[in-house]
Amino acid sequence: MFKSKNQLISLALILLIAGFLSNFASSHPDGLERVAEDLGFISQAAGHTSVLEDYSLPGIPHSGLAGGLAGILGCTLVFALVFSLSTVIKRLK
Amino acid sequence: MHIPNGFLDPVTASTTAALSSGTLVYGWNRLRREISQQPPTTLGLVAAFIFAAQMINYAIGHHTSGHMIGAMVAVVVCGPWAAGLVMAAVISIQSLFFHDGGTIALGANILNMAVIATAVSYTVYRTAAKKTNNRQLAMAAGAWLSVVIASAAAAIELAVSGTAPLAAVLPAMLKWHSLIGIGEAGITLFSAHYLIKYTKQKEMQMQVNGYVQK
Repeated sequence: MFKSKNQLISLALILLIAGFLSNFASSHPDGLERVAEDLGFISQAAGHTSVLEDYSLPGIPHSGLAGGLAGILGCTLVFALVFSLSTVIKRLK
Repeated sequence: MHIPNGFLDPVTASTTAALSSGTLVYGWNRLRREISQQPPTTLGLVAAFIFAAQMINYAIGHHTSGHMIGAMVAVVVCGPWAAGLVMAAVISIQSLFFHDGGTIALGANILNMAVIATAVSYTVYRTAAKKTNNRQLAMAAGAWLSVVIASAAAAIELAVSGTAPLAAVLPAMLKWHSLIGIGEAGITLFSAHYLIKYTKQKEMQMQVNGYVQK
């Protein structure tokens, strides 16, 4: 799957971003949340349950570690989805 | 700008979902052609990078923050239709597993960030690169405008749903996202350089050159 050294380097960099640098992300509301707060419709946001709520792996007391592991898990899920989708689409004929 | 559940009415949510699905049907042959030109590993790596990059919120003053969308990077590295698929996959995983963007709003979020942002990135990049012969400038312009237009699309969807009046929500979204877009442009220039270098796909380089018709 990862044949070249360059692919391994990019994989390592991606995991570094998701697993470590993500801890330094700003926690200010994002653009849409800011607008929703300013215009008073933020309260309309309805929750739906998901396993990895707010990019944090449940059951891990250290928040940085929980966030980092959730990030790495997310990258793995996204990679697996795109890899398998494109493999399937490629073979269709 | 991931829209959560509760912001869109059922009609807007289903219309945007239909438009997103319609785009997939419309572009199916081109999508398949682009995907068959590059290894699945490359597409997966670009998707994983965009997921990781979207986790990094950067502060805009003391009031708000933004994170990269990544449509321009995906277009430059994978081509426009493959980029749409990559973006849609990222947004789906975020919504289903991370509660980032509502499940009911998934169609709208895919329309804004996977369809509109990608289409704007590709169109601006191709046009500007041809006119100015400066790919860095074209990439920065495409990245900035993709964020701004996607935020306008989100504002229109919110207004149509009756969540907020257009006259208030459109200027507010444009104001913040024209700032967030500057970050998008910077990260795009930086990351496109490294992604092309490290995934080192001859096919991709060719594809980008092909699109620009250099």
